[in-house]
Amino acid sequence: MRLELRDITKQFPGVLANDRISIAADRGKVLGLLGENGAGKTTLMNILSGLYRPDSGQILVDGEPRTFNDPAEAIKAGIGMVHQHFMLVPVFDVVESVALGEEPVRGVLGTFDRSAARARVVELSNQYGLDVDPDARIEDLPVGVRQRVEILKALYRHSDVLVLDEPSAVLTPGETEELFGIIRSLAAGGTTVIFITHKLNEVLEVADTITVLRRGRVAGTVLPHETTREELANLMVGRDVELTVVRGEAHPGEVVLELKDVFVRDDRDEMAIKGVTLEVRAGEIVAVAGVQGNGQTELVEAITGLRRVDSGHMAVGGQAIDGASPRKVSDMGVAHIPEDRTRDGLIKAMTVAENYVLDSYHREPYSHGVRLNRKAIAEHASTGVQEFDIRTPSIETHVGNLSGGNQQKVIVAREFSRPVKLVVASQPTRGLDVGSIEYIHRRIIEQRDAGAAILIVSTELDEVLALGDRVAVMFAGRIVGILPSAQATKEAVGMLMGGVH
Amino acid sequence: MSGLRRRLRPLFIPALAVLSAFLVGSIFLVLTDLKNIALLPTDPVHAVTNAFGDVLNAYRALLQGAFGDPARFATAMQTGTPKAWATAFRPISETLLAATPLIFTGLAIAVSFRSGVFNIGGDGQFVLGALGATIVALALRGAPAPVTLVAALIGGIVFGAAWGFIPGFLKARTGAHEVITTIMLNYVALQIVQLSLRTDFLRQSSSSQPISKVLDFVRVPLLIPLTGLRLHWGFVVALLVAVLVSWFMFKTTKGFELRSAGLNLTAARYAGMSAGGSIILAMAVSGALAGLGGAFQVMGTVTQMSNDVNSGYGWTAIALALLGGTRPGGVVAAALLFGALNNGGHGMQVETSIPLDLLVFIQALVIMFVAAPNLVRMIYRLKPKGSEPGAPAEEGAAA
Repeated sequence: MRLELRDITKQFPGVLANDRISIAADRGKVLGLLGENGAGKTTLMNILSGLYRPDSGQILVDGEPRTFNDPAEAIKAGIGMVHQHFMLVPVFDVVESVALGEEPVRGVLGTFDRSAARARVVELSNQYGLDVDPDARIEDLPVGVRQRVEILKALYRHSDVLVLDEPSAVLTPGETEELFGIIRSLAAGGTTVIFITHKLNEVLEVADTITVLRRGRVAGTVLPHETTREELANLMVGRDVELTVVRGEAHPGEVVLELKDVFVRDDRDEMAIKGVTLEVRAGEIVAVAGVQGNGQTELVEAITGLRRVDSGHMAVGGQAIDGASPRKVSDMGVAHIPEDRTRDGLIKAMTVAENYVLDSYHREPYSHGVRLNRKAIAEHASTGVQEFDIRTPSIETHVGNLSGGNQQKVIVAREFSRPVKLVVASQPTRGLDVGSIEYIHRRIIEQRDAGAAILIVSTELDEVLALGDRVAVMFAGRIVGILPSAQATKEAVGMLMGGVH
Repeated sequence: MSGLRRRLRPLFIPALAVLSAFLVGSIFLVLTDLKNIALLPTDPVHAVTNAFGDVLNAYRALLQGAFGDPARFATAMQTGTPKAWATAFRPISETLLAATPLIFTGLAIAVSFRSGVFNIGGDGQFVLGALGATIVALALRGAPAPVTLVAALIGGIVFGAAWGFIPGFLKARTGAHEVITTIMLNYVALQIVQLSLRTDFLRQSSSSQPISKVLDFVRVPLLIPLTGLRLHWGFVVALLVAVLVSWFMFKTTKGFELRSAGLNLTAARYAGMSAGGSIILAMAVSGALAGLGGAFQVMGTVTQMSNDVNSGYGWTAIALALLGGTRPGGVVAAALLFGALNNGGHGMQVETSIPLDLLVFIQALVIMFVAAPNLVRMIYRLKPKGSEPGAPAEEGAAA
């Protein structure tokens, strides 16, 4: 099925989210839709899936103009969406989840014909190489498999066009590779795929054509073999972007963070970290690589005082931090950029200014005794907003209204606004656009060059390799290897990440 | 100008909600008036005009019951006698008196909601505050009245705070859900009061009912020295406490911690705040406010401790806190509205023989309309808050 959007315009109060956008995807082809956060990708897809009505413009299916009043009509026309946040019932099994709303029935009572549904699920998963246990419960499945269930759901509804919204955001590198395989086999089978992302490498790898959106407009449509990462980044951001951060030689000084044989339990009371020993020196970046869920979260929480250590010893600047509270640790000069910015790092319904002093409100001059000093807080926040180029209407704007990149900048600016001995950064650029990633990487390297010790935890291999002066790989709660940056190749680190050593 | 408009904006939807409640309420006033309905087949014109007149009459009686009769004010101005003034001012005095305990408990619940804990135990904290004040007052009987009064008020605060602290502590330490524990502690509080009222120390020996000795020696001073006006200084203190709560929540470090914990406990913890500490503090402050309300009620309004000192103020407070958008100013406004409805309802019942139940019905409608702001927006064709439901925030911020 050929799908075409012609001159789609959608206005929100104060924002022209889509400005005469035209895209086209041919039968059996993969269209990569590339753009930063806020470029208008999601609005466009919500129009295509019937959630929004465009102010003007046409949707053409096989050359015929169509209008979708609600998602049901879009689905009927053969357009299937896989959203970034999955829409699955955790306690259902795969067959039930896929068939939900389109259940085959039998008998006079119209009971659910599970075996018919199951047969079709199995048939579809074989046909497209979607490896899923049809009887597994959703809540027991890893994220990557849940995504396959979502894809199966769309295929089950006879979708000829499959729209994937930021599908790799939640996947490990391995799972992403598998997803690409699935996309290729879907396209080979005649399905039209629209792949929305902000990651350059992914569109280059999997798309047949690439349309780049910037600020609600089409910035260009290119073919992957005729373009480069640099050109795409340029189209996306509208200026030249340094894709590889310039990182000068590290000059490691004395040991700042010291972990000795640390054991930590997770929420289920199982040992998540099994004897980690690690040193991070002043003026160096140690990047911890690893597939999500190998103990990185627990490690960071232990260092920052959020999680009790079972046994072992931890020190910052020679001072023990075993059993220290988060505030104590932060008072010792530890900056923490947490894993999930809106869950752990910010309070969305509070203002930029309030968030800016979230961990320093109790200190002079931001408060005297019990009284908050609004003026000092406002001045402090304004300085940060300027210095870090945080795009916000004012410091009184709720943080939840900022874009992801600007939210992250609020955190980074806050954490770097006080004297820093050690930076613990967890997934510092997850879900951010190229421009913001570049910016945040540069700031982190500045801190290193100013003499801070930096510990970065990331599941993005590119990030680990770009930043790490030394790369430590975590697997199953242990550090299975520490490589100096010269030896840390994608292959070497990837093998260790998979537990091969 | 725009500053004023922005300040008034949060009042807009509640005001429309109140209006809607009265409009819908009038439909029911008409429907329950069998006399006019019986008239409908034979004399429809009169039936409609009568019904219309009855509704206006009822609401006029309600307003006069709540705020006073203009005619009485005119008489008072002409005669100038204290008695005439007292008669004129009595309805509004009673309205403010009825609002007083509601302001305290409403603030208590608003503080807890803002802090992310659901204190459903306002009732228990209120009666224990009243009990604490009674015990302290009787223990200090004979001391100078102002000393006894202040000590008894503090007693009310302490007892209420303690009754809030317990569920707060249980939640912080063991994770016991405060909705369950506070509800259960409401029953415990009632039994403690019953038990205490059996002791010779508290019990009015001349009465067979569980009721305390009369606390006439620590009466909260009356606000207006006219006979028949019961409004006491507790109302003024309630307003001051609202200002204090507002200052505490929005201008102090502890208030900042409570609000942070209420909006995102994880982020508050990550920022180095003590999650358990915030929960305990929020519950204790909440309990203290309700307890102070109980103390004023027993020493200002009713003068004798019994289980009747409370009439569901802790429950009404939940509606008030939501109605007032958990802002202290909003809570005061909501409490005044409910005070007026309660008190005016009595006036309406006396004058028009419309049952008080219809007033409760209208109160319920007010809450319903406030709880469903989109319904109000739809009725009055106001622009919805976001341009389109689910308009993505990140797209909106891109401008």
